[in-house]
Amino acid sequence: MPFALEARELVKRYPGVLAVDGVSFGVRDGICFGLLGPNGAGKTTTVEIIEGVTPATSGDVLYRGEPAGTRFREETGIQFQATALQDYITVRETLDMFRNLYDRRADVDAVIDACSLGDLLDRDNRKLSGGQRQRLFLAVALINRPRIVFLDEPTTGLDPQARRNFWDLVKRIRKEGTTIILTTHYMDEAQVLCDEIAIMDHGRIIAQGAPDDLLRARYPGLIIEVPQSDVVDDLATLEHRVIDEAGVVEIVAKDVSKALADLGPAVRTLNHIKIRQPTLEDLFLDLTGHSLRP
Amino acid sequence: MKSLSRIYAIFVARNREFLRDRGTLAWNIVLPVLLVAGLAVVFAGDGRDQYTVGVLLPAGEEIARDAHPFLETRYVDFVPFDDTAAALRKVERHQVDLLIAIDEPVRYWVNPDSPRGYFIERVLLQTGTDAGIVREDVTGDPIRYVDWVLPGILGMNMMFSCLFGVGYVVVRYRKNGFLKRLRATPLKPAEFIVAQVLSRLILILAITAFVYTGTHVLLDTRMDGSYALLLLVTVLGAIALVSLGLLIAARVNSEELAGGLLNMITWPMMILSGVWFSLESAGPVVQKIAGLLPLTHVLDAARAVMLDGAGFAAVWPHLAWLAAMSVGFLGIGALIFRWTPE
Repeated sequence: MPFALEARELVKRYPGVLAVDGVSFGVRDGICFGLLGPNGAGKTTTVEIIEGVTPATSGDVLYRGEPAGTRFREETGIQFQATALQDYITVRETLDMFRNLYDRRADVDAVIDACSLGDLLDRDNRKLSGGQRQRLFLAVALINRPRIVFLDEPTTGLDPQARRNFWDLVKRIRKEGTTIILTTHYMDEAQVLCDEIAIMDHGRIIAQGAPDDLLRARYPGLIIEVPQSDVVDDLATLEHRVIDEAGVVEIVAKDVSKALADLGPAVRTLNHIKIRQPTLEDLFLDLTGHSLRP
Repeated sequence: MKSLSRIYAIFVARNREFLRDRGTLAWNIVLPVLLVAGLAVVFAGDGRDQYTVGVLLPAGEEIARDAHPFLETRYVDFVPFDDTAAALRKVERHQVDLLIAIDEPVRYWVNPDSPRGYFIERVLLQTGTDAGIVREDVTGDPIRYVDWVLPGILGMNMMFSCLFGVGYVVVRYRKNGFLKRLRATPLKPAEFIVAQVLSRLILILAITAFVYTGTHVLLDTRMDGSYALLLLVTVLGAIALVSLGLLIAARVNSEELAGGLLNMITWPMMILSGVWFSLESAGPVVQKIAGLLPLTHVLDAARAVMLDGAGFAAVWPHLAWLAAMSVGFLGIGALIFRWTPE
């Protein structure tokens, strides 16, 4: 099956900076594809090239096998990271205006409902809170019944409650068969929402696949965390993979009982250990050697 | 059709944004009213402090001061005319105090209702020793300064509203990412630009008509020509000025730079297009430069219609200029237009 969307060897060079350095990936229809990475990794630039908002230095973007053009604009919805809306215009009027720019038009009431904007319809755009704005931006992105929706860091700056609500919303859209391309620097968000991810750093993709596959390949088991202050012996001699974090030592354990037995003599006590599932956060840390730069 | 629906969507949203921004709206209406009212009080007379004498000469010839001792009189502005009818009209309107032709015998025209005409005639008769000097009377009501300056103020207000109103807004849209958001829709640059032109055109026509009607009623200003033609002048003038604003804003990213550029364009027009005073006696170089500015054509055409009752035949060159400028500005503007700051 051809990809719904495909990026081929995208390069974006700004004076003195190589922001995107040969990025290629394909997105199948109906999935949620996550582009992850720290701030400055080149995610937004990559996505904006694909959206047709930023011209690439080189490379191609194909929409259903053809160079992205008018049809792409008509059939995609985009929620930008930083855009503004017109002042003095209400939520309802904003939705109406954007809807009239498309031939494909969603049922406004359904979009309003989906994005929980019912109580805000007569409110001036200037008077919306952060979460309300994000919901309106999402509604604008959905106003043309898009086949692909781009969400660029949609939950940055939202409180935990608003974030969870937003996730539910994205899951609903995804369930209706819309393809979603999500960029985020929150690994938990990607883990909850994405079927497939690509991790970017310094303008390149450094890992790509389904989150579970990537984690399984890298961590064939659980992770045991031991406070550094409890360690009395050199853990490097253990046959388990050991990751040193600030104040905490992490041991990747295929067999937890064996790992604990091995660990016993090297630590003062096992009372402070934590055993948990590996996360994309671990993977990222592991792959790039540096922590996230949110 | 699809294109029209997109243009209409942007047009409506822009109108709402403008009309609901009460401060800006009020300022657009209040400023010209205050200016006209203030000027009507300050320049209760005709706004000139020098005597103006027209000298009839064949086209292209300069006034020879030694041709007649009267022409050596100080504190008199001698303006050459080659069109007798036009010059007589000025005498009729009290815009020229006396018109003279240094022929054999010397002939002059004066408006018996004009006090300034009376004084300058005394000076002529004192300096001249001509036998058989011929006096002819021209009658007509004076044009007050407020009549003359009203088109100037309305035009100036239109210029500021078109240039800053459109230029700044587009730059702000680009800076805050609203244009980027629109870029991701099927909207085309030409459609966006047409919507902006239409929106500003309708608003400026409404405001100008409002201010004009108010001043006309309050100050009983002169209107000798056709309102339809005046409307055509206003429409074409507004389109030319909005197009110029859009051209300037086509790819500028900062409001400061846009402000600088807009000032650079508006100030020469304020001074050279004849908003406040007539440029009839200015040098040919200044006149040439003035001819390049859209506002000059707006004001010349509007004054011709309002004060001289000119018809289409008399003002069409101005209208053609304005149309040509609009096409040029819009064409280049659409070509170099940028949605995002780069």
